[in-house]
Amino acid sequence: MTALLTLHETTKSYGQVCANDRVSLTLNAGEVHALLGENGAGKSTLVKTICGLVQPDSGTMTWRGEPTALPGPAAARALGIGVVFQHFSLFEALTVTENIALGLDDGHANTDLTERIERLSSRYGLTLNAKAIVGDLSVGERQRVEIVRALMQDPALLVLDEPTSVLTPQEVEALAATLRQLADEGRGILYISHKLSEIRHLCDRVTVLRGGKVVAEADPKTTSPEALAELMVGQRLPQPKRASSLSPNAPVRLVIDHLSQAPNPFSPTGLHNVSLSVQAGEVLGIAGVAGNGQNALLAALSGEVLAGSAGTIILDQQPIGHIHPQGRRTRGLAYVPPERLGTGAVPELDLTDNALLSTYRRLAFAVRGLLQPGKVAHFASNVVERFDVRSAGISARASSLSGGNLQKFIVGREILQTPKLLVAAHPTWGVDAGAAAAIHQALLDLATEGACIIIVSEDLDELLMLADRIAVLCDGRLSAPIPVTEADATTLGMLMAGEPVDAAA
Amino acid sequence: MSELLILTTIAMAATPLAFAALGELVTERAGVLNLGVEGMMLMGAVCGFIAVASGAHWIVGAMVGALAGAALASLFALLVLGLAANQVASGLALTIFGTGLSALIGSEYVGTPVDKIPAIVMGLDPMVFLVLALGLGITLWLRRTRRGLVLRAVGENAEAAHAHGHPVLRVRLAAILFGGAMSGLGGAYLSLAYTPLWAEGMTAGRGWIALALVVFGAWRPGRLLIGAYLFGSVGVLQLHAQSSGALAIPSEVLSMLPYLATIAVLALLSTPGLQRSAPAALGRPFRASH
Amino acid sequence: MLRLEARPTPSRTMTLAAPLLALALTILTGALLFAGLGHAPGPALYHFFIGPLSDRYGLAELGVKAAPLVLIALGLSLGFRAGIWNIGAEGQLIAGAICGGGFALAVYPAEGPWVLPLMLFAAAAGGMAWAALPALLRVWRNTNEILTSLMLVYVASLLLRLLMNGVLRDPDGFSFPESRLLPDGTLLPIILAETRLHLGAILALAAALAVWVLARHTLVGFQIKVAGLAPNAARYAGFNHNRLIWLTFMISGGLAGLAGVGEVAGPMGQLVPEVSPGYGFTAIIVAFLGRLHPAGIVLAGLVVALSYLGGENAQINAGLPLAVTGVFQGLLLFFLLACDVLIQYRPRLNGPRWRNKR
Repeated sequence: MTALLTLHETTKSYGQVCANDRVSLTLNAGEVHALLGENGAGKSTLVKTICGLVQPDSGTMTWRGEPTALPGPAAARALGIGVVFQHFSLFEALTVTENIALGLDDGHANTDLTERIERLSSRYGLTLNAKAIVGDLSVGERQRVEIVRALMQDPALLVLDEPTSVLTPQEVEALAATLRQLADEGRGILYISHKLSEIRHLCDRVTVLRGGKVVAEADPKTTSPEALAELMVGQRLPQPKRASSLSPNAPVRLVIDHLSQAPNPFSPTGLHNVSLSVQAGEVLGIAGVAGNGQNALLAALSGEVLAGSAGTIILDQQPIGHIHPQGRRTRGLAYVPPERLGTGAVPELDLTDNALLSTYRRLAFAVRGLLQPGKVAHFASNVVERFDVRSAGISARASSLSGGNLQKFIVGREILQTPKLLVAAHPTWGVDAGAAAAIHQALLDLATEGACIIIVSEDLDELLMLADRIAVLCDGRLSAPIPVTEADATTLGMLMAGEPVDAAA
Repeated sequence: MSELLILTTIAMAATPLAFAALGELVTERAGVLNLGVEGMMLMGAVCGFIAVASGAHWIVGAMVGALAGAALASLFALLVLGLAANQVASGLALTIFGTGLSALIGSEYVGTPVDKIPAIVMGLDPMVFLVLALGLGITLWLRRTRRGLVLRAVGENAEAAHAHGHPVLRVRLAAILFGGAMSGLGGAYLSLAYTPLWAEGMTAGRGWIALALVVFGAWRPGRLLIGAYLFGSVGVLQLHAQSSGALAIPSEVLSMLPYLATIAVLALLSTPGLQRSAPAALGRPFRASH
Repeated sequence: MLRLEARPTPSRTMTLAAPLLALALTILTGALLFAGLGHAPGPALYHFFIGPLSDRYGLAELGVKAAPLVLIALGLSLGFRAGIWNIGAEGQLIAGAICGGGFALAVYPAEGPWVLPLMLFAAAAGGMAWAALPALLRVWRNTNEILTSLMLVYVASLLLRLLMNGVLRDPDGFSFPESRLLPDGTLLPIILAETRLHLGAILALAAALAVWVLARHTLVGFQIKVAGLAPNAARYAGFNHNRLIWLTFMISGGLAGLAGVGEVAGPMGQLVPEVSPGYGFTAIIVAFLGRLHPAGIVLAGLVVALSYLGGENAQINAGLPLAVTGVFQGLLLFFLLACDVLIQYRPRLNGPRWRNKR
């Protein structure tokens, strides 16, 4: 096998933190090579090194056997390294052709380019309308734009960073076929992910990264998922467990009755006659790829968008559809929003101030308009202690906390308000495995105490682990919830793609 | 009052607004909000005026005005690009500084007469046609050329443009300097053609109206030029109403019309559709993250 | 080449030092400017910065000029913290002057103790009314409040001129566009004998205290802080942004209106077309120089007031054009914005890292 890119003892530090510690890696032509590691293991730094965005502090690189350096993205492109990042670099107001032209070294957005795009995309099964405006495309289609852009430069090595976090199971299959085709053409593929099942299915070799170091190199098809998981995380993490299972006679606490929302800039699909009910102590999972009404549903539940009539949303027999966020919190709603820095917490403020953000009414932290800093600080300390939030103290700025710790703080802040209903939007996205396990356990403990919980997430593994029932949002419509014992990736995948499924009665 | 003369005056009233607004349009399409247009126009007015009053040809005067506007804009660029300072505050600083500096430099030239820019056809001077040509040129450049595409991209999503290797700060610098030069030209036109004289603060808010025109034009040059001519008309017609005394309305009230019209237009135009035509990155500072 | 590296936490030393550094740089540039204009820098700087403070009257004049600046800047600082840009305070000042002065002229020749409080009330109401239109358009149509509030400045100034040439003109005057002189009982009481320092200064200090309590200790103050730092978090918390827009515009409008009547019932004693030398705009500089903090604003108000006095003094004693004042104020804001960067970033000498070669 011809080696395309090798890294030898590459090291990169940011201040005190060593993101990549003497990492060595060999990427071959015709091979799909996985880079496995949990959030915070150093994968993104390594990817940035490979595509020239970041220069390592020490270590060497070779390309096809010759020593090389990558001082910038242009150098990487010149060698033939193409990258598709997890966070797309797209211009929503421009067309597909214009977007791709901007990614090329001398691209002009003209008809010639449009034709080349359409030829290339059909060759690899990535259907695209080159004249469409990117802002109108679905997430899966946007990823195709990114992939086509990378392929236009005929890369010898294609790097994909967490490509499937935004795809339905069926779209994942289609992507796998494309990758296989590319590998068969003699290209090398670097596939970065933390999803074990995909890696075992798709990849020829896997390098496991943990704490910035390479801890193993293996053949995913012959290594067990448990072994890979343990290599990735470094320990056996306990599976979150419920202290007591959901009682089938538990009273219904939340009812949503034919909730609709018109499509708007924040939610292109809106909501169509969404109905659901949640019992006390139940965890209801809402699956679905981003852009199918999740934002609308979250806004409707939190109260940022009021429902048409009060009775559309009923909590503990009280209609709350017409009540604003502050009022809903007083009545027992808690909400963990999708974005922690910027929405769930203010980055520049300390933890004490951030503790005030959602609690000031329900926990009466402001008396006749005047703040009571002592009480707030006490509550913040409570959250930090009970949820093991590692920080420099409650006067630490939110931005100084790691993703996992900040998320623990936010989840803890919501749980310590003893809510009747907790709505959480992908609560462990981008969070390290230890913190994720803690958050999952905390959610299950809250359910055991009788609260009802709704988790909206794209991560099917998370929902399958936590939920009692799972419903799927597709195009603004909610499917009938399926008990978790009957749900699997294939069924859910079909629902996510809008295919009808014969549900067991 | 002959109709032709009124049309000529409208064109001359619209031209300085159009210059400044087109310059600001390019700046904003690159994602930078420069509120210092008023200050840059005044510097262009005073510097162009001084050049011509010292004996230079009016073309030289206009170029001096453009350079003055660009020089002031470079201070703004230093703050906003080099130091990632708040764009609103920096633009206001530019206006306050430019207003004061122009008053200082021009204090000896108040009352000095100069020759007006000569007309070439129908009583209109070349600058009137230049600004229309520029409007067309900018439209084509933005839509058809690669550099124009890169500028639009920088204004939509600076981080993505940077990720693709485009020199975001350099593009924004060029846009800011161009905007400054155009504002300077607009100001020079005021002091060299519209009313060939210099007076402190002679722009009387035209820089702010130019900012409103960019919004009115939905960040497109063609619509912007139409707006400039509409505002030019309002200004000229109310002056004629004042001087002819035909309407029994006090002159101060008539003078209010351009400003009230600006407010009305802004209020009526602020639809969600218009807000979506704004460059998505407008006003947000760019910090390269490595 | 100089590079900027983000600090892990904002530097507290620089937060306090940046305004001082900016002031020092302004003075330095000023010296160069004076030299460039053909004046000896040393004496010119003396006349500008020290001269006005050399006697008791001068110090009182500092307070006279600082009072309106501080009043307006306090109101502006609340809005600016929340990302709400009221740039039309000058217009709200004029509206306050018209309403307050107009009230006194309407009840002329009355000068009982009830007149002044009602004048103040009318002025605040006038300022608030003038601030209401930009607030309304922002809330209702999401119209840019910078442009709308600014346009109203020109409208207010034309309105004042109209009234000065018409209804409010002194009937016993010589057709000058000025109002009658207000009777002594309607003027703001002088608090320092043989100076022009009046009650407005006390009002400004009281307002500073009130704004401090509001910003630091109330829920509204917290809402303002969050709205400016993270608008999404403010929405998440259920803070009503429209209420904040109204609140900040009404407070800044009211305070600007008070500043306006403070000029009319204070140093001027009558209503004139030039009721303010641009206090509404200069107050923006005061607000930033004072770090949007009430204590800072009081100090910054004194510094900027000095620049007004200095300009006048330098004109009389050194023959410098009065326009120097405006240049100084603009430079001060420029340098302040530049020095502010040092709070969040540390300068480093290094190769150019932010230029991306294509």
